[in-house]
Amino acid sequence: MTQLQNPAPVAATTKPLGKPVRVRPRGRGGVLSYLPLVILALSFALPLLFMIASSFKPREQILGDLTSWRAFVPVGDLSMTNYVDVFDRVPVGRFFVNSLFVTAMIVLLGLLVNSMAGFALARLQFRGKNVLFAGIIATLIVPFETFAIPMVYWVSNLPRVALYSDGFAIEQGWNNSYQVLIIPFIANAFSIFLFAQYYKSIPKSLDEAALIDGAGWWRIYRSVVSPLAGPAFATSAILTFLPQWNSYLWPLLVIQDEELRPVQVGMRYFFATGTAEGTPWGQIMAYTTMITIPVIVVFLCFQRAFVSSIASSGVKG
Amino acid sequence: MSKTTTTNTTTKRRRGTPATRSEARGAYLFILPALILMVMFLVIPVLMSFTLGFTNARLGAATSPEFVGFTNFLRALRDDPTFWDALRNIMVFVLVVVPLQGGLALVLALLINQKLRGITAFRVLFFMPVVTSMVVVAMLWKFMYQREGLINSLFGFDVDWLNDPSTALPSVIVMSVWQGVGFHMIIWLAGLQTIGQELYEAASIDGANRWQQFREVTLPGLRPTFVFIFITITISAFSLFTQIDVMTSGGPSNATTTLVYHIIQMGSGRGDVGYASALSLIFFMIVLTVTLIQRALTKDED
Repeated sequence: MTQLQNPAPVAATTKPLGKPVRVRPRGRGGVLSYLPLVILALSFALPLLFMIASSFKPREQILGDLTSWRAFVPVGDLSMTNYVDVFDRVPVGRFFVNSLFVTAMIVLLGLLVNSMAGFALARLQFRGKNVLFAGIIATLIVPFETFAIPMVYWVSNLPRVALYSDGFAIEQGWNNSYQVLIIPFIANAFSIFLFAQYYKSIPKSLDEAALIDGAGWWRIYRSVVSPLAGPAFATSAILTFLPQWNSYLWPLLVIQDEELRPVQVGMRYFFATGTAEGTPWGQIMAYTTMITIPVIVVFLCFQRAFVSSIASSGVKG
Repeated sequence: MSKTTTTNTTTKRRRGTPATRSEARGAYLFILPALILMVMFLVIPVLMSFTLGFTNARLGAATSPEFVGFTNFLRALRDDPTFWDALRNIMVFVLVVVPLQGGLALVLALLINQKLRGITAFRVLFFMPVVTSMVVVAMLWKFMYQREGLINSLFGFDVDWLNDPSTALPSVIVMSVWQGVGFHMIIWLAGLQTIGQELYEAASIDGANRWQQFREVTLPGLRPTFVFIFITITISAFSLFTQIDVMTSGGPSNATTTLVYHIIQMGSGRGDVGYASALSLIFFMIVLTVTLIQRALTKDED
């Protein structure tokens, strides 16, 4: 399941999880304590190792290796053939750029829009604030899947500005555009909630001092409190990045043009095309490895931040 | 944004002074972009799911939709056996996955919370499938589930996992838990770490053994986390779609079709937006009812 969308708003803390608090008294220690951990670790790691190893092997060797440990390690007749074949059959580079662009835009615009909203809800007084905040939180229990089809119908009837070399025209329907992948996912109730919680924890006296110095609210947001809210920006970015990079249902519904396909949907089409000698599993494993490795590398680099971001989505603070 | 000229910030502001008015104006400007986007791409589509279900709207139709009353809802309940298959499958999926994934995640969290050398490496490994996309994981497991695939070779089975109606849904369940369990492990772990060390010390002074400490200190301390995990796993389990679309396309003979998969087939595949919206509304009501029941069941002791 994709659990990263819409975590419910129990409360947020950005407490780092890096050094676990040792809750239990010291265990028995020794090899025995590692046994369940190792068994579980193997069950999580082996399928991924199998994917990577298979991506370098020709068809016959993948099948031949299935009965032994060789299935999980890149040994034998290794080559990049599967990767080359993927690039020959589909514009996977283009899919990659599409996903990268769409994800980056959603993350960046989302940080701006959601932090601004969170700032207003946390630090400014205005009528209807509590109702508005409660309304935003209430949207978190609505799964996207429940309104995906009405949304497709809605965006296919929205007007859009189409740019041509000799001017522009107003056309009907957002389907098959970058904007249909980006704009609906910029505002995010959970991010707003996260920012509001964090901005609340920054002393109000800072605003008052800045107001005395003649700063406006924009200056206060930009230069006074946001620089202190780094962890909230990092958490929001991580919690947005992952589900967007992995996004599948929405692009499947609104993108038909091959050149606009993101990587996940491109994968589905790649599988569906097939070849004469049956399903080319080696190539498919090459494709899945290619789109997985970048995320795993990013995850390993920011492992601590990832884990504490996820943790913050569920802890009562 | 608006500039505030007054310096009156210490006393309580009355409504309508220049300071509060400029503050409110600023606030509305700050919140406006998010508000417009949420209305456009959440509120309106949700409201549309309430109205479109009562029409014969179609994707790409030249004529505007007409009101058809409860036709779509009656069609789902009376004339669409796939709807009932989908409902049954998703109920089985939710009833199995919620306790299985939630429970296994707690076991992992307890293991990870031990004071052992190199424990971070295990945490990273357990979390790895979560950062891998569902499409990739589903494709990988589809490969492993092949008749000539890894699982049969390794364990000596001869089962066509995804093409046998009796094993298809369980196969999807195993793969889904494998992918998602690391996520809830982290949530449990965060919950475990909110329990004060002094409670364990007090319990061990009182002579409680490890099992008693777990029952009397750990479990009560995890209650808020439990409520959160219970509700979020349920909602995401109900939304099952990607695995089905990639691995089985709802088959064999509807053994793995789900409500969301059926909704997408009707709405996008056949362009029958009216019927798909009616199904969406039924789905929404089911999820809402289950969530409210869960809230009610878990609320009394909070």
